Amino acid sequence: MSVKIEDKLFLDRFRVADEAHIRIIDGEVCGKQCTGQPCLYFCPANVYRLEKERIVVAWEGCVECGSCRIGCPHLNIAWRFPTGGCGVSHRFG
Amino acid sequence: MAEEFDVAIVGAGPAGSSAACVLAEKGAKTVVLERGEYPGAKNMSGGVLYGHDLAAVVPDFAAKNCPVERNIVESQIWYLSDDGGYAVSYLDRAFEGALRLNSFTVGRAKFDRWFAEQAASRGALVVHATVVTDLLRDGGRVTGVRTDRPDGDIPAKVVLLADGVNSPLAAKTGFRAEVKPEQVALAVKEVIELSEEAINERFHVAAGSGVTVEAVGTVTQGMDGIAIIYTNRTSLSIAIGANLSDFREHRVRPYEMLDEFKAHPRVAPLIAGGKPREYMAHWIAEAGYDAIPGLAGDGYLIAGDSAMLFNALHREGSNMAMTSGRFAAEAILEALERGDFSRRSLDGYVSRLRDSYVMADLKKYRGFNGFRLRHHELFSTLPQAAGYAARQMLTVDGTPKKVKQKAIRKKVFRDISPMRLLRILWDGWRSVK
Repeated sequence: MSVKIEDKLFLDRFRVADEAHIRIIDGEVCGKQCTGQPCLYFCPANVYRLEKERIVVAWEGCVECGSCRIGCPHLNIAWRFPTGGCGVSHRFG
Repeated sequence: MAEEFDVAIVGAGPAGSSAACVLAEKGAKTVVLERGEYPGAKNMSGGVLYGHDLAAVVPDFAAKNCPVERNIVESQIWYLSDDGGYAVSYLDRAFEGALRLNSFTVGRAKFDRWFAEQAASRGALVVHATVVTDLLRDGGRVTGVRTDRPDGDIPAKVVLLADGVNSPLAAKTGFRAEVKPEQVALAVKEVIELSEEAINERFHVAAGSGVTVEAVGTVTQGMDGIAIIYTNRTSLSIAIGANLSDFREHRVRPYEMLDEFKAHPRVAPLIAGGKPREYMAHWIAEAGYDAIPGLAGDGYLIAGDSAMLFNALHREGSNMAMTSGRFAAEAILEALERGDFSRRSLDGYVSRLRDSYVMADLKKYRGFNGFRLRHHELFSTLPQAAGYAARQMLTVDGTPKKVKQKAIRKKVFRDISPMRLLRILWDGWRSVK
């Protein structure tokens, strides 16, 4: 089943922070050492996308579960909470 | 913000706001720091809360306009195969009478905000849009919190960590080891809007009453997981989750699994015509007893999801959060009286938890997470075989039943050996007994 994640993220309210709260620590690790690249699949907001064989981070649509921080096989993702008041804001929750 | 507080609480969820209510009520100078735009902005659960644990903190919560969605009167459990599946249900009018508000659904954005307001009305200072980025320390002792505000250090005699299961702070400060993928489930949830009448009709309930559905089976595609459907007043909460280490191996996209669940023959008619309104994701602290960190130290305590207090079998977490928050507050009040904030002085928190249902239940089910992770057949072969058996027995095609039973036995035991089946039953029993 092909689902457009954009349709789901479109439902949410985001206040985008000035700076990214997610950063790939070493891009080389993703390309050279990480064969599975599971972040491309398990991230519930599809933050991690493959563009020209490089992983790019669409952190603006992050729903802040933290899975990539502990799920990256090489622990190669630096992840902190967005600045206070920024990021996703649930209206129902 | 250099003034000193008696207590700084990280996170305005059920644990933090419970503690803040109890502390502020007794006059302790309390600040609650919430990273969201408002309390609840970052929070998600299936959405069931428990009156017993809430009433211990706010006795007249219903009269105080607690934003209850529906009072739960019926609980369903489904065991699903690809094309359908089994359902058992328990309905009891006691839950509309003497046991009303035993459990009820809430939207966390509304409930957590209401709960934080209860704490504020008792005198706690609730600060929004503020991330606690570190803890202040004097030697080994915690002496306050550092926030992401300019000049954002806040000294406090005691710090209560109630910042939830996803806590970079706990990992950074070392007060809880960073969570491992096999210790949490990743759940995604959609809130689907439907008219109040449609929900009443589809779930056979009166206005104000509601149903919870927990669904296990092939819907999690062979991964250790569960799906839920909970009724709110004018919406349904539909969520599905699986162990994060399973997600990592199976290369399943959570939102695709959610939409496949929504298309399942048991689910589709319930949500037909509904409008998705919100999408979110959160961890569930599945590992339970063996993942609980040191609960108190010099100048700090850990409560709720941050402390991994979650009963996976009964899907209870918000009750443990509220009760652990209350216990933490009671222990802090004793420490304030003594003027001693050492680990030993705060130990009343740990002994209260140990003497309560919280630790009793977590201990009872400590093997349950490992059991599920060792038996993925529960989410693949078994529900398919169970579905096959029922379909054969219900198909009227002139075949004698005895012949059918023989064919079923042959097929089931080809997919899963009798020894393996016995092993699952035995292990399962032992993990919850």
